[in-house]
Amino acid sequence: MAPLRAVRNWLDDRFGWEELIYPFKKKTVPRHKLSYWYFLGGITLFLFIVQVLTGILLLLYYKPGANEAFESVQYIMTRVQFGWLIRSIHSWSANLMIFTAFAHMFSVLFLKAYRKPRELTWVSGILLLFLVLGFGFSGYLLPWNTLAFFATKVGTEITGQVPLIGKSLMVFLRGGEDVTGATLTRFFGFHVAVLPGLATMLILLHVLLVQRFGISVPPRLQAEWAARPPEQREMKFFPNFMLRELMAWYVALGALGALAAIFPWNLGVKADPFVPAPAGIKPEWYFLFMFQTLKLIPSKLWLVDGEVVGVLGFGAIAVTWLLLPFFESAPPAPPRRWITALSIFALTYMAGMTIYGYLAQ
Amino acid sequence: MAIWRNKIRRSSGVSMLMLAMMILCSRITSAQARNSCLDCHSVLPDELGVGEEKFSHDIHAQKGLTCVSCHGGDANADEAEKAMSAKAGFKGKIDRKQVPQLCGSCHSDPTYMRQFNPGLRTDQLSQYKTSIHGTRLASGDTKVAVCVDCHSVHDLRPPSDPKSKVHPANVAGTCARCHADAGYMSSYKIPTNQFAGYSKSVHHSALVERGDLSAPTCTTCHGNHAATPPGVASIANVCSSCHVFQAQLFAASPHQQAFASAGLPGCVTCHSNHEIAHPSDQFLGSGAQSICTQCHTDGDGGFVAAVKMKADLDGLAASINRAEEILDRAERSGMEVSQPKLELAQARDSLTKARVSIHSFDVGKVGVDVKAGMTTAAADFAAGEQAMKERNYRRIGLAFSLVAIVLVLTGLKLYINHIEQKT
Repeated sequence: MAPLRAVRNWLDDRFGWEELIYPFKKKTVPRHKLSYWYFLGGITLFLFIVQVLTGILLLLYYKPGANEAFESVQYIMTRVQFGWLIRSIHSWSANLMIFTAFAHMFSVLFLKAYRKPRELTWVSGILLLFLVLGFGFSGYLLPWNTLAFFATKVGTEITGQVPLIGKSLMVFLRGGEDVTGATLTRFFGFHVAVLPGLATMLILLHVLLVQRFGISVPPRLQAEWAARPPEQREMKFFPNFMLRELMAWYVALGALGALAAIFPWNLGVKADPFVPAPAGIKPEWYFLFMFQTLKLIPSKLWLVDGEVVGVLGFGAIAVTWLLLPFFESAPPAPPRRWITALSIFALTYMAGMTIYGYLAQ
Repeated sequence: MAIWRNKIRRSSGVSMLMLAMMILCSRITSAQARNSCLDCHSVLPDELGVGEEKFSHDIHAQKGLTCVSCHGGDANADEAEKAMSAKAGFKGKIDRKQVPQLCGSCHSDPTYMRQFNPGLRTDQLSQYKTSIHGTRLASGDTKVAVCVDCHSVHDLRPPSDPKSKVHPANVAGTCARCHADAGYMSSYKIPTNQFAGYSKSVHHSALVERGDLSAPTCTTCHGNHAATPPGVASIANVCSSCHVFQAQLFAASPHQQAFASAGLPGCVTCHSNHEIAHPSDQFLGSGAQSICTQCHTDGDGGFVAAVKMKADLDGLAASINRAEEILDRAERSGMEVSQPKLELAQARDSLTKARVSIHSFDVGKVGVDVKAGMTTAAADFAAGEQAMKERNYRRIGLAFSLVAIVLVLTGLKLYINHIEQKT
C-alpha cells in the first residue's frame, strides 16, 4: 500500500487530489426498496464503454465501402482471432444499451426523478436516447447486408416524408438519391466520429448534472421519510454503491458473453441493390413500434398524406417528451397524474406495437 | 332480304326469334351503311356467330384485316345480299381442304408479311405439305389438322399470348384435343395415350409447374407445321438438340452400336418417349427400379459397371448430404460458414456432371467426376467439423468466463457485507 499512498501524496501535492475527490467521498445514495432502478443508468454507461472499446477493435479490420464492407465483416467473423466475439459483443451490447437506455428513461419517469431541479438532466438524457437510436440506425447499415440495406432504404424514405426539408434531409443522409456506397461511408462517418463525439459530451454533461443534483428519491418515499426521519437510509456512493454498480456491470458482462457465444450475431447475405426487397422486411426491434404505427395509418388522412401525418406526429411526440419536465410544477407540489398516465400509456403502446409488429405478416 | 330469309330458313332452320334479330340487324346496317359483317354475325348462334369482342383479340383484326380478307364479299354494302354476293367475291365458309392454301396466300408471301412482322417465317405452308397432316389432307383425309384447328379462328392470338392455343404451355392440350380422343383417332390405329404420358413427364412438370417456357412440348420433338413422328434413327438427334452432352457421350459409348444393332432407339429405350420420368440414380445399378437390369444380368460386364457407377453416385450424394447437414448445424449455432456452403455447390456440380457422364457408361469417366466432388465435399465436411469444434470451444470458454464472473460477484458481495458490517 505504501507505493499507492506515495502516488496519492504526489498527486495531492500537485493537484489537490483530496479536494478533488472530496465530493465523491461525501456523496451518498438513498437506500430503499426501489434502489435497484438506480443501476440502469450505470449499466447503460458500461455498455457504451463496451461499445467504444469493441468499436475501436472492429475499426482495425473494418473497411467502409459497398465492395468491401461485407467481406471485411466476414473476415472479422471467420479469420480474425476472437473477431467473432468482438463483433458479436458489439452488436449485442448495442441492443442491450438501447434496451437499458429505454428502461432507464421509464424508471426516471415512474420514480419522478425528472422534476425540478433535474429538468436539464432529463433533457440531456433524452437527447442521449435519440443519439443511441442514431447509433443503432447508422451502425445497422455498416455490415452492408441485405436486411441492413433495405432497412436503411425504408428508414431514409420515411425521413423524406418530413415536410419542406424531408427530401433534402433524405439526400443528405443517403449521399444521393438512392442508398449506395456513398450512404455507407456517410453512415460510417456518423457512427464512428459525429455521434461518439456528441454522445461523449452529452454523457459528461449528464453525469455532471447527476453529480451536481444527487440521486432523486421518489416523492412518496420522500414524504414518508420527512414524516419519520429515523427511517431514512442511505449508503456511501464510494465504495458501497460503486461496488454494487460494479456487480451489475459484471452481470451485464456475463450476459453479453453468453449471448455472443451462444447466439453469435448473424452476418446475413451481402446487399444487392438490384434484387427486390425480401418479403415482410422489418426494422430492428427498437424502431418497430414506429414502423408498425406508420403502417397502420391510412394512406390519406383528409387531404394529407398519412405517412406525413405519422412522421410529424412522432416529431411532435419527441419534442413533447424532451420538454416533459417543464409541464410539471416543482416539488413539493404533487406530480401531475396525466404525466404518469401518459408514461404508462407510452410504455404499453411501445411494447404492444413492438409485439404486434413482430407477429404481423 | 326475302331471299336471305328464305336461305336462312332452308339451310339452318333458325327460330323466328333469330329471324327477327336478323331483320333488326339488317335495318341497323342499312341505316349506318358501314362494315356490316359483325353487325349480324355477332348476334348469330355459334355456327355463324363471331362476337366483336372475340374478333378484337384476333391478331389479324389487330393488324387491320377484316372478314373480307379471308371470306371475300363487300363489307361496305348496305344489304346482306350485296355484301355476300358472288359478284363481290364472297367465298362463304372456307372448305377445310382450302384452309392451308388460303392462309398460305398471305403467310407464304415474304413481301406481304414483312410489313406486319419481318421476323415471322413464311415457310409454314411448304412445311405443312411435308407433314403427316399435310400429306393426308392432300390425299383427301379432312379429319387431319389444318391451320385453324391448332391456331383457332376468329380469335387467333399470337403464340406469345398465354391464351393462344399454340402458346408453349397450351400446345400439348391443343394436340391432345385430337390425339387423346380414342374415338376420333380410331381410324388411324395409333396410340392415344401420349398426352396422358406427357402429363406425368419431367418436361410437362418443367413447362407447366415451373413455368419454364423453354421446356419441351409436343412440337419441340415432332415439329409444328411439319409435324411428324420421329423415326427410330432420328430419336437421338431430337433429344440431343437440348441434351447435347448426354448425346455426345452416348454416341461414343458401347451402347450406341449395341442399340443400333438391336434396332432400339437411343434415348427412349431407357427414358421412354412421352412419359419421361424425372431422372433418378435408382435407374442405375441393380435395384428394383434399375433400367440396366432389363438387359444386363448379374455378373456380366455391364451389370458390374452399373453397380459400381451407382455406388459411386450414392457415395458422392451421401458425402454432400453429410457435409450439408453439419454445415447447417453449424450455421444454426450461429457459426459463419457461408464460404464452405458456397463451395458445397461445386460438389453438387460434380454430382450433376457425374450423372451426365453416366451416358458414357464408362466407370472411369464417372469416377473422375465423383472423385472431384468427393474431395470438395470432404473439405466442406471438415470445415463444418471445425466450425462445430470452434462452437464447443466458445461454449467452454464461456463457461470458464461465467465461473470467473460468479466468483468476482461473490467476492464483491462478501466485501460489501464486510465493509457494511464494520460501519
